[in-house]
Amino acid sequence: MLDLLWLVPVLPLAGFLALTFAGRRLAKPAVTAIGVGSVGLSSLVAGAVAAAFLGHMPPGGVHRQILWRWFDVAGLRPEISLHLDALSLVMILVVTGVGFLIHLYSAQFMEEDADFARFFASMNLFVAMMLVLVLAGDLLLLYLGWEGVGLCSFLLIGFWYGEPANVLAARKAFVVTRVGDVAMAIGLFILVDRLGTLDLQAVVARAEAQWAPGSAAVVAVAALLLGGAVGKSAQLPLQTWLPDAMAGPTPVSALIHAATMVTAGVYLVARTGGLFELAPSIRTAVAVIGTATLLLAAGAALVQRDIKRILAYSTISQLGYMFLGLGVGSASAAIFHLVTHAFFKALLFLGAGAVIYACHHEHDIFRLGGLRRSLPTVTWTFVAGAAALAGFPLVTAGFYSKDLVLWRAFAGGHFLLWGAGLLGAFVTALYSFRLVFVVFWGETGTEAGARPGWRMTVPLTILAALSLVGGWLGLPAVLEPVLGAAEEMAEPHGTELLLQVLAGVVSLGGIALAWALYGRPGRHGDPVADALGPVGRWWRAGWGFDALYDRLFVRPYDAVARALEKDPVDRLPAAAAGLARGFHRALALTQNGRLRWYALSLAAGATFALYLVLTL
Amino acid sequence: MKLVALVLVPLLGGLLAWPLGRRRTEWARIAAVLALGVDLALALSLLGPAGPGGWLATFELPWIPSLGIGLRLGLDGLSLVLVLLTLLVGLLAVFASWSEIRERVGFFHFNLCWVLAGILGVFLALDLVLFYFLWELMLVPMVFLIALWGHERKTYAAIKFFLYTQASGLLMLLAILGLGLAHQRAAGSWSFAYGDLLGVSLEPTLALWLMLGFFAAFAVKLPVVVLHTWLPDAHSQAPTAGSMVLAALLLKTGAYGLLRFAIPLFPDASVRFAPVAMVLGAIGVIYGAVLAFAQTDLKRLVAYTSVSHLGFVLLGIYAWTSFSLTGTVLQMVAHGLSTGALFVLAGALYERTHTRDLERLRGLAPVVPRMGAAALFFALASLGLPGLGNFVAEFLVLVGAWEVRPIPTTIAALGLVAATLYSLRFFQRAFHGPAAEAELADLRPRELTVLGAMGVALLWLGLAPQPLFEVVAPALDVLLRTAGGTP
Amino acid sequence: MAGEALALAAVLFALGLVGLLVRRNLIFVLLSLEVMLNAAGLAFVAAGARWGQPDGQVTFLFILAIAAAEVAVGLALVLRLQTAFRSLDPDAASRLGG
Repeated sequence: MLDLLWLVPVLPLAGFLALTFAGRRLAKPAVTAIGVGSVGLSSLVAGAVAAAFLGHMPPGGVHRQILWRWFDVAGLRPEISLHLDALSLVMILVVTGVGFLIHLYSAQFMEEDADFARFFASMNLFVAMMLVLVLAGDLLLLYLGWEGVGLCSFLLIGFWYGEPANVLAARKAFVVTRVGDVAMAIGLFILVDRLGTLDLQAVVARAEAQWAPGSAAVVAVAALLLGGAVGKSAQLPLQTWLPDAMAGPTPVSALIHAATMVTAGVYLVARTGGLFELAPSIRTAVAVIGTATLLLAAGAALVQRDIKRILAYSTISQLGYMFLGLGVGSASAAIFHLVTHAFFKALLFLGAGAVIYACHHEHDIFRLGGLRRSLPTVTWTFVAGAAALAGFPLVTAGFYSKDLVLWRAFAGGHFLLWGAGLLGAFVTALYSFRLVFVVFWGETGTEAGARPGWRMTVPLTILAALSLVGGWLGLPAVLEPVLGAAEEMAEPHGTELLLQVLAGVVSLGGIALAWALYGRPGRHGDPVADALGPVGRWWRAGWGFDALYDRLFVRPYDAVARALEKDPVDRLPAAAAGLARGFHRALALTQNGRLRWYALSLAAGATFALYLVLTL
Repeated sequence: MKLVALVLVPLLGGLLAWPLGRRRTEWARIAAVLALGVDLALALSLLGPAGPGGWLATFELPWIPSLGIGLRLGLDGLSLVLVLLTLLVGLLAVFASWSEIRERVGFFHFNLCWVLAGILGVFLALDLVLFYFLWELMLVPMVFLIALWGHERKTYAAIKFFLYTQASGLLMLLAILGLGLAHQRAAGSWSFAYGDLLGVSLEPTLALWLMLGFFAAFAVKLPVVVLHTWLPDAHSQAPTAGSMVLAALLLKTGAYGLLRFAIPLFPDASVRFAPVAMVLGAIGVIYGAVLAFAQTDLKRLVAYTSVSHLGFVLLGIYAWTSFSLTGTVLQMVAHGLSTGALFVLAGALYERTHTRDLERLRGLAPVVPRMGAAALFFALASLGLPGLGNFVAEFLVLVGAWEVRPIPTTIAALGLVAATLYSLRFFQRAFHGPAAEAELADLRPRELTVLGAMGVALLWLGLAPQPLFEVVAPALDVLLRTAGGTP
Repeated sequence: MAGEALALAAVLFALGLVGLLVRRNLIFVLLSLEVMLNAAGLAFVAAGARWGQPDGQVTFLFILAIAAAEVAVGLALVLRLQTAFRSLDPDAASRLGG
């Protein structure tokens, strides 16, 4: 059964090829069958593989399938190989499972779109590339998937390319993440140079054997890989592309910009955890970046008005929690949060999509309202998702995973980071229920038109269930053998319980405050944003990063490009040509046609020659 | 003997196409296709295990014995790969100009075949005088291709191209004569054979000057930044087939010259010069990318991307490691295909819209979806997307260069971001945005075949380039050993 | 003796040159040319006498012949010029001016 692993990425890839080459000739039902079916089949295969893997664990907990050797140059032999262990198993289940639900949902959401086939082709390619990324047994193959998902993200953000703003958003996403990718590529150069391999297992093994903890090379590699992760996962300072990425269709935001692709950075850091362990300073940087991002993004989410932008900033913020988990040395907690986040954030995006679908593409939450009455299923599933996001105690998955991250931070002695995380949790609860109360409670704003059918509500319901019960999955226990056991807990169990209670109280406090500010009837405007005033506007603009980067990079690059447009180097040959032309003009003056002038110059020349002969 | 035939067949094909084209234009095209097809089969028949010194085949015939000049040809893995590329791109160029060229069709194919023959000869020549002769042979028909079938500023572009190439070629001739003289002084007899000249020991300053003579000629062709300005004019003014041959093949003769002659003949001088060259390469990567971003003329944009891509080649050649040389060869092939395809697309767009101005092309994706998909594919190849040949090439070049000199390599790696900017700008400007109103024909089967062949080849090079590497590896090992690199 | 003859030749040559440069009438220009030619001839004869060689006088004979031919061609050109430009000023015929 395990040998069918290759089918998992190949099925969506086949779907992509079929839809690309035949998509425009196929009827919509056929396109749906191929687009949704390929991912569905892939998820079934993934489930079967998981059953086989867990039922009969291969030696070392790793199953490898080598498809072919990519190339073999001077001892570097990257392979197109699939690497299945507990971590990649969890990832493929999430990618294919959540992916399938989102594909199913899209079948209705995108039904009216003229480019239905192109949409599913890109989505299938994305799933294939994401699976390559998480299954890759070699960093170079991982890089292929890494850039591949970036490409699909580009294609899908710019899916409605008739609108110039979407085109720009797509380009921005690709370029900003590519900055991180180049850093990662340089990290790979160092690995090849020093370790002579890019095989995931060999890299970690050789690094541990060759490099002393904290040595310059390993710090550089870890920092550069972190650069890649930061770009893909929209962490500081490369977070600016994700809010704009909301220009894509909502299922795209759910799949790529919430559940899967943006978590690739977390996956990468978890996967190469061995390197980060050798570079403690960079690991601390991971935690600090994560914490800073989670606070900044939570602040920005608090004052947004666009429903998708709220969720986008929320995603950045939750990814910050994952980075915090990675940074305090608990990759299993980070991956746990990654999984629960995939459930509830996909759910929230799909719910938002259902709202947008029903309300004539209205994105402004303050023009929506009271949808509880007209869209009950959407409302209750959305509340479940928001509760998970807010970390509603005991009954939601988000509570357990976020709490685990915070507890590991506390247990690791990072009290400041823990405190910041707790503050972030409070803001998270506040903004998520601000969204819920404004959109679903209160007076009716835009009337709901089209009602979501079963293809939309079934994924919502399943994801809602997962958002609630997903926390009881024993994921950390499964992952710890792969990712390394968490450090010995210094604090006794009682402290953990106390902190859990504290986290629960914080979450409930945030929700209560949201109710007080937004839930009760008779609210005017946006109390939080009004109270924050100019600070609120600053936060709404993403803390001014876009403007800053515009000044620092975009405009100077544009100016340089425009200054060089005519190629100043071309002046060099032009100058030579000008010189020749100048000589021509000067000498042409002597050809004036005057006989006596010629005679005079002849005589002068002869005299001069005579003078030279006589004196020299 | 096969090697001579390899050069002669396109020459004869050209001679045949000229008069046939006067009768019926189709005959000229078919004659060219047949000649190149036969030649391709001939080249493929040379595939096999490498003999001593990495040679797959050699040929020698005295020409001017008193001066040690001979018709010496040799084919190793490196030459073979470039010969195959030449013939493949040549064939595709004939197909790509099937509907574009309507005037003087016979003479056009004569020139095309002769350029290709000159290029093939350059890749095979093992006698420096013969090499120089063939180097000049490929120049003249190329000038005609630009000057007769080019766009609005064709004469300017043709003259500029001619002057640059000719002047730098003369420097190379001087260096060749100097090297011959040095051999005569040392050994007592004249010889211009590559094998004989390899071992000549030279005084360091003289070696540096002679090396610079060679470098000048190759740097103009490559092109190295500062000497590159003929390229945007020539590429943008030439007809599609001309641009393809220029970008995909003619530039590669510069890289080939550096690999085969400039470095092995002057290893010590090259070591001294390598830091300068690598910095020039890195500058070229960035400079080309920034200028490509700024261009509004589609063909000029693609031309500047060549400057950028061949910056990687220069970087890789002077890093002189196994990684970087393998990457360089792959980059030469992959760039030939991806840029050639972009010129085909630019030509197809020009044929339909009569403009190459990116300000005027807009929203074409819904109008010509196949062309949009193809443009996206090759733009992605050009920005180095993994899975396509250019990525593996650039990765290997950068890995190899990193070991030698990390700083220029880092600068060149930043070129990947710049490449993203220009590729996306090109693609999105022309194909995205509000849908164009125009009614245009999408890619025709013939164009689809040409582009499809190039696309499949790029995918192959990106996912399983090992067969190619195995063909060139023995040749590169020999080069590395002769010039004391680190294999 | 030769010194004085050469000095005379130089003076004659200089006079001819000045005449050539300053006169605007082509007839006088031709006359000046004749003077210069004869100055050169005188120099040859004087030099021949100084070295006791006949070459100087032989050369002078050549010069005489050339001078005659030159005058014939020159006068013909002068006539053409007169009909074409109605002037004998050589500057009137400066159409070649670059």
